[in-house]
Amino acid sequence: MTDNDATNDPRARVARQTGGASSAADGPFQATGMADPKMSARGVNVFYGAKQAINDVSIDVGMDNVVAFIGPSGCGKSTFLRTLNRMNDTIPSARVEGDIRLDGEDIYAARMDVVQLRARVGMVFQKPNPFPKSIFDNVAYGPRIHGLAAGKTELDEIVERSLQRAGLWNEVKDRLTDSGTALSGGQQQRLCIARAIAVDPEVILMDEPCSALDPIATAKIEELIHALRGQYAIVIVTHNMQQAARVSQRTAFFHLGTLVEYGATSDIFTNPRQEKTKDYITGRYG
Amino acid sequence: MNQQAGHTVTAFDAEMSDIRGMISDMGARAEAAVEAAMKALRTNDIDSARIVVAGDKAIDAIETSVERRVVQTIALRAPMADDLRDLVAALKMSGVIERIGDYGKNIAKRVGALEGHGFLDSNDQLFRMADIAGEMVRMAMDAYARRDIDMARAVCVRDDEVDQIHKDLFVDFIAHVAKHPTDATEIAHLLSISKNLERIGDHATNCAEMVYFSQTGQSLADEFE
Repeated sequence: MTDNDATNDPRARVARQTGGASSAADGPFQATGMADPKMSARGVNVFYGAKQAINDVSIDVGMDNVVAFIGPSGCGKSTFLRTLNRMNDTIPSARVEGDIRLDGEDIYAARMDVVQLRARVGMVFQKPNPFPKSIFDNVAYGPRIHGLAAGKTELDEIVERSLQRAGLWNEVKDRLTDSGTALSGGQQQRLCIARAIAVDPEVILMDEPCSALDPIATAKIEELIHALRGQYAIVIVTHNMQQAARVSQRTAFFHLGTLVEYGATSDIFTNPRQEKTKDYITGRYG
Repeated sequence: MNQQAGHTVTAFDAEMSDIRGMISDMGARAEAAVEAAMKALRTNDIDSARIVVAGDKAIDAIETSVERRVVQTIALRAPMADDLRDLVAALKMSGVIERIGDYGKNIAKRVGALEGHGFLDSNDQLFRMADIAGEMVRMAMDAYARRDIDMARAVCVRDDEVDQIHKDLFVDFIAHVAKHPTDATEIAHLLSISKNLERIGDHATNCAEMVYFSQTGQSLADEFE
């Protein structure tokens, strides 16, 4: 698909379907229409073989807000998150339809370098997954393969800056040669965040980053998310609604592969507009 | 009427239901206190007035229990959306209803002080005001029990009547005391009762506003502006 191909452009298709420029503007909530979105999705469908996991999702993600995806297990929130940096490409049966753009650029275009895309749209997973390498090498790995450092001094600076931004520098600065896997679970997760930050991403996707952590380590990650807000567009998938309420400014509720409601977190958790959202966040979901 | 679906955790439903029951109990007691106080005033029944004064302690005790239960439920259940609004409304209403009970007690305390005076007997407006204020409390509590926002709106509309009677009585009382300076003490008591009833109307309105907020997340006061 070319950028100017109006016939096949899902943006145009969605606009035609709704009779307007924004797919959700006419619906019960406003998921799109952001003035300058960092990422935008329009009419996204995801299939695993014949099974449809995501159904016509359109949403904008901006730089200024942390966005939380919430919903019951199997609702598609992680599947949709993974479309934002083409992680679903690694699943042979997965098929993605629709249009997803990063700064207006179609990330599913044939010319898109997926490795570069995943550097620009980093990801932190549920279980900390440091490489079986030193703390230093974990963080230096990305800058090395992407050629981001001209020499050792610059690489040292990138590693230190990334660990500082991840709130881990003071805890590991005297043992950078220790194995990353020897750190505590919370430290390992912050190391993974430092690793994602090291390649200077524009977007960070977090898939239940605290589900394997204790409350103190969780609080440190949440504080880190707060500190990183504004520097990166951040999208977090979480089952913990209190966490979504604490760390995000906008919340999207998914149910059965559909985006049910997307709005200010303060509104979603005090006065949701959709009955399904209310039933889920108040524990009436059956 | 808005029927609420049950929570997956049924113990949460039971806690919410308990708190709602306590608010309804408080409201019924406060409404009865005001009615009994006015009846004791009309009949100069000091014994009945004393029962009203003593009964206020029970209302105060329920308020304390509501506060404890609401804080406990917020801490343990982390309620969201309409559950959170329901609990906030219950907390605020318990404080407001406690004040209604206090005003009933204040009126009852004046029963003996008005003995032997004749002006009260000729002033039906004060009792009409009490009837309307009592009706407002009853409607606010019914609106709460039924989650009925239309009835909540109706409570707020009636507050204007109470306010107008209080203003009229104020003028009447001042005119009377100008002509009959020896009645100043009685008039001072009656003016306080009128003010207490006017405040009961205000608090019934506050309760209705909380009902509206808990059901809609919106401010009823904004709607009336």
